[in-house]
Amino acid sequence: MIKNDLVNRVMSGAGVPRASAVIAVETVIDVMRQSLVRGDRIELRGFGVFLVKNRKRGIGRNPKRPQEEVEIPPGLTIRFKPGKELRDMILESPPELPAAAD
Amino acid sequence: MDQAAPREERARKGIRPERTTTKADLVEEVARAADLTRKQAESVVEAVFEGIITSLQDGQKIELRGFGSFKIRCRGARLARNPKKSGVKVMVPPKRVPYFKPGKRLKEMLNEVAEASASRDVPDVPDVTAG
Repeated sequence: MIKNDLVNRVMSGAGVPRASAVIAVETVIDVMRQSLVRGDRIELRGFGVFLVKNRKRGIGRNPKRPQEEVEIPPGLTIRFKPGKELRDMILESPPELPAAAD
Repeated sequence: MDQAAPREERARKGIRPERTTTKADLVEEVARAADLTRKQAESVVEAVFEGIITSLQDGQKIELRGFGSFKIRCRGARLARNPKKSGVKVMVPPKRVPYFKPGKRLKEMLNEVAEASASRDVPDVPDVTAG
């Protein structure tokens, strides 16, 4: 699913015209991005929490060439902690798909 | 951005000392940007996250360009210990958990700001409204 599909869902779900749905989805993404860039956390009841965390320098490995070390530079990353409601809903949904390991 | 206003107000009232963006902030911005009533904006914001959840429930991943993607990750069954009961071994069943992977652009933006403020030690936040 991509942004466009989400726009369609918002349109039918909230009963707003397409133009509003487009702006709304863009705005939600934009506001969330700005908050995270400022270092703020985002807390959405029922959905989850986004946190900005420090990442230390580390050594990663290319899974295809494990003998080679790849340096992971220190910096900031985002952690998403799914909320209880979301976790439960995912657990309850039928596990037919082994959700591709991509 | 005057989006700091409600946050400051909350801080003054001592509700949330920490800077946290909540659904109310999103609703406010959406109402303004899309010219919707508060009520409409509320259902729109709900619909955004419901849409993401439904898609995950269907086992479909969601990719939001420039922000990141949400998908389901499977955790295999594993043997763990109960820390309360002197480490009795318990089997943890396999689980499916929602996972968020930040997008390239978001990661870049995060680290640009971090580097910029580290090198200049000016507390200003660069304008990130573009893009």
